[in-house]
Amino acid sequence: MLPPVIGVLFDGFAYGMLLFMLSVGQSVTLGMMNFINLAHCAFAMVGGYVTVTLVNIYGWPFFATLPVAFLVTAVISVMFERTLYRRLYRATDLDQVLLTIGIAFIAVAVAAYVFGTQQQPLQLPANLRGSIPVLGLNLAIYRMILVGVGIAASLVLVGALEYTRFGAQVRAAVDNQRMASGLGINVDRTFSVTFALGSGLAGLGGALAIEIVGLDPQFAFTYLVYVLIVVSVGGLGSIAGSFAAAAVLGISDIAGKYYVPQVGAFLIYLVMITLLMWRPMGLFGRR
Amino acid sequence: MRRSALSTRGLSKAFGALPVARDIELNLPEGARYALIGPNGAGKTTLINLMTGMLAPNAGQIFLGGDDITKLEPQQRVRLGLARTFQINTLFASLNPLEAVTLAVAERRGIADRFWQNIAVHKEAIEEAHDILVKLRLGDCCYQVTRELPYGRQRLLEIALALATKPKVLLLDEPAAGVPQEESGDIFEAVAGLSDDLTLLFIEHDMHVVFRFANHIIVLVGGAIFIEGSPAEIAADSGVREVYLGKRKHG
Amino acid sequence: MSITGATASPQQYLLSLSRWRPIEVAFWLATLLPFILFPNYLSLASQIAITALFALSLDLILGYAGIVSLGHAAFFGVGAYTAGIISRYGWGEPLSGLLAAAVLAGLVGYVTSFIIARFRHLALIMLTLGFGLLLAELANSAGWLTGGVDGLQGVKTWPLLRYFEFDLFGYVAYSYSLIALFIVFLFARRLINSPFGLALRGIRENAVRMRAIGAPSRSHIRTVYTIAAAIAGIAGALLAQTTETVSLETLGFQRSADVLVMLVLGGAGRLYGGLIGATVFMIARDQFSGIAPQYWYFWIGILLVMVVMILPNGILGGLSQIYARWKRK
Repeated sequence: MLPPVIGVLFDGFAYGMLLFMLSVGQSVTLGMMNFINLAHCAFAMVGGYVTVTLVNIYGWPFFATLPVAFLVTAVISVMFERTLYRRLYRATDLDQVLLTIGIAFIAVAVAAYVFGTQQQPLQLPANLRGSIPVLGLNLAIYRMILVGVGIAASLVLVGALEYTRFGAQVRAAVDNQRMASGLGINVDRTFSVTFALGSGLAGLGGALAIEIVGLDPQFAFTYLVYVLIVVSVGGLGSIAGSFAAAAVLGISDIAGKYYVPQVGAFLIYLVMITLLMWRPMGLFGRR
Repeated sequence: MRRSALSTRGLSKAFGALPVARDIELNLPEGARYALIGPNGAGKTTLINLMTGMLAPNAGQIFLGGDDITKLEPQQRVRLGLARTFQINTLFASLNPLEAVTLAVAERRGIADRFWQNIAVHKEAIEEAHDILVKLRLGDCCYQVTRELPYGRQRLLEIALALATKPKVLLLDEPAAGVPQEESGDIFEAVAGLSDDLTLLFIEHDMHVVFRFANHIIVLVGGAIFIEGSPAEIAADSGVREVYLGKRKHG
Repeated sequence: MSITGATASPQQYLLSLSRWRPIEVAFWLATLLPFILFPNYLSLASQIAITALFALSLDLILGYAGIVSLGHAAFFGVGAYTAGIISRYGWGEPLSGLLAAAVLAGLVGYVTSFIIARFRHLALIMLTLGFGLLLAELANSAGWLTGGVDGLQGVKTWPLLRYFEFDLFGYVAYSYSLIALFIVFLFARRLINSPFGLALRGIRENAVRMRAIGAPSRSHIRTVYTIAAAIAGIAGALLAQTTETVSLETLGFQRSADVLVMLVLGGAGRLYGGLIGATVFMIARDQFSGIAPQYWYFWIGILLVMVVMILPNGILGGLSQIYARWKRK
């Protein structure tokens, strides 16, 4: 018989996997280009709305919408990257912050206009909504799927980074941009593709998030804070770092809400500040 | 025997598996005019970064005068009299030369934190800054915003900023780098005009300049001192020629 | 505009840079217009003056020292709650409340500045954001002191200088806020034209160079951060005293983000940018108060994108470019 705390840990870990998918793209692109994209969660939101539209209006099965959410978000992010972001790679932090916050504001307004400001309802198929008893605890099926997807995603990412040529180019570009381009690596193109993949993954996260945390236009900002915490604590350009930070953050948040609800988000911010002071480059940071 | 102005002992630095400085032993006596030469990638700028504190060594010590400065931060070393110029212009783009050099002088005089006084109150600091600029032939453009100055003038401003800190030892990283032929004369006259009390180490590629100004040459190859000696000795050394022409392999 | 080259001594030249220009005089005279032309809008004018002061404090750290802060409202809120709480517990004298707010906000700024000064880029942004959010959470939880979500009750401001009662039309409120703004502005103007102001610009322009000239940049940053915090605290206290309310949003992220937008809109690093930006922003918000918040932010978003891509130095930057081109003709 497993004690209930394991159940809480599991829920927290599942939430952490969600945060991981939302954050990992941001971490890698920040590590590569030092480009602060505060519209990252607005892109994630797009994925969520794609799924909602396909399921509620066109009757698609939930799982079928996930690859579409990934693709649509990736394509949209590339459009922004080509037109606007590209010109600001060497701009100041402030300019990047302002531009991407502006885009996030616009995205929120468009979402509110098209979909309204209310929470989007999503009907999951019955077989996904239940829970399975595991060693005395009732673990939600959906959360198990989240954990599965999260671990699978991280394995694929790590595998791709370590074992493919593209992955080697990404690692080189994260490590030392100037030297990488000196070696003939097309850093700009590597970045575009990585950016698209990272945003697509965020879109996937946004779609998966609906069942756990809901979807409304404010999603773009509510979760931005969490993503930034994961990225800055985990370390720029580090997948392992994002994984660890997301897991810790997810578990702290859920456990905190469960055991000490009066403390609120205070603890999360305090932990983040303390960790950043100790390791300003993040736990696994490269730069 | 002149006193040592700047010296290093066993200075080493590696980036992972790549060594960029290997057990460097260096000694600059007071008033020296030393040149640091070597092929590209030999680690010359790295050595300056190590000596000024921009880069932390893995091993070794650095002494300014008789004091161990190995653990000191860059700005502390500047206050003790060690200044440098940068190979790539590192200037205050939107300030004009007068403002920039006055700032450097103000920092040295410890008045830069006085937020309650108009800067014009500090007559001596401003005049000291202006004198430095005039001596470097920057007097007529000292009110022009730095980013609008011709490149050669900017290189002179690099030197002016370093001089404003009243250094005892000055490290010049390729002072004439990228300066067109017509203007490089100004720079070398400026270097030639520097006080004899000032100890100078400069990185340079142009051998005419090196032989004209240096009384001692250090050759750096692959992060280690290959050879050092008087200009005549270095000119005659076949090993140096091979290093530059690439006949000999070195690790 | 300034004496160039031959005849003036360098000292005179630097002095000339800080001379009062006619357009500045015109600006401050124009701030008196609301008394005559818009007597029904004096409350709004008072709010604008307060927000302008807040934007001015952000300009000192952002426009001059180059510190991107997403949590500057923390100091505004500390000032507001300090003045409000003192008043609630029986002491409603405005000027001493203002002083207390400045001291306390400055103290919080001083303590956090030790951390802030050590970091740059993303870590710095995250730390300022984190502190702001942390303080907001604290204020939320400490309901016994702050009133929590309901806001602080029982704030009563005594007459100014024991004679001028705060009237419903806002004459006293606007006079009070405007005078406070002007006095602090004079101080900020002096700071900008001091050796310290030059050092701040140096830090913003080239932090590496500052180290190479032996500058104690961290100490400078701590000083300006503390001063900016104190000024933000004064602005917060003014708000608490003139509106006799204090709510959690004085500390909130929204307020931090809004003031950043205002400053960038007006043009950071130009001393008047925050004032102009605050005026335009607040008037526009008042005029468009009918539309739902997300649509208001839609236009802010468009504005931000345009400012970054086309007009990087805000309104004042654009104006000075036009002026420079016109002068060249």
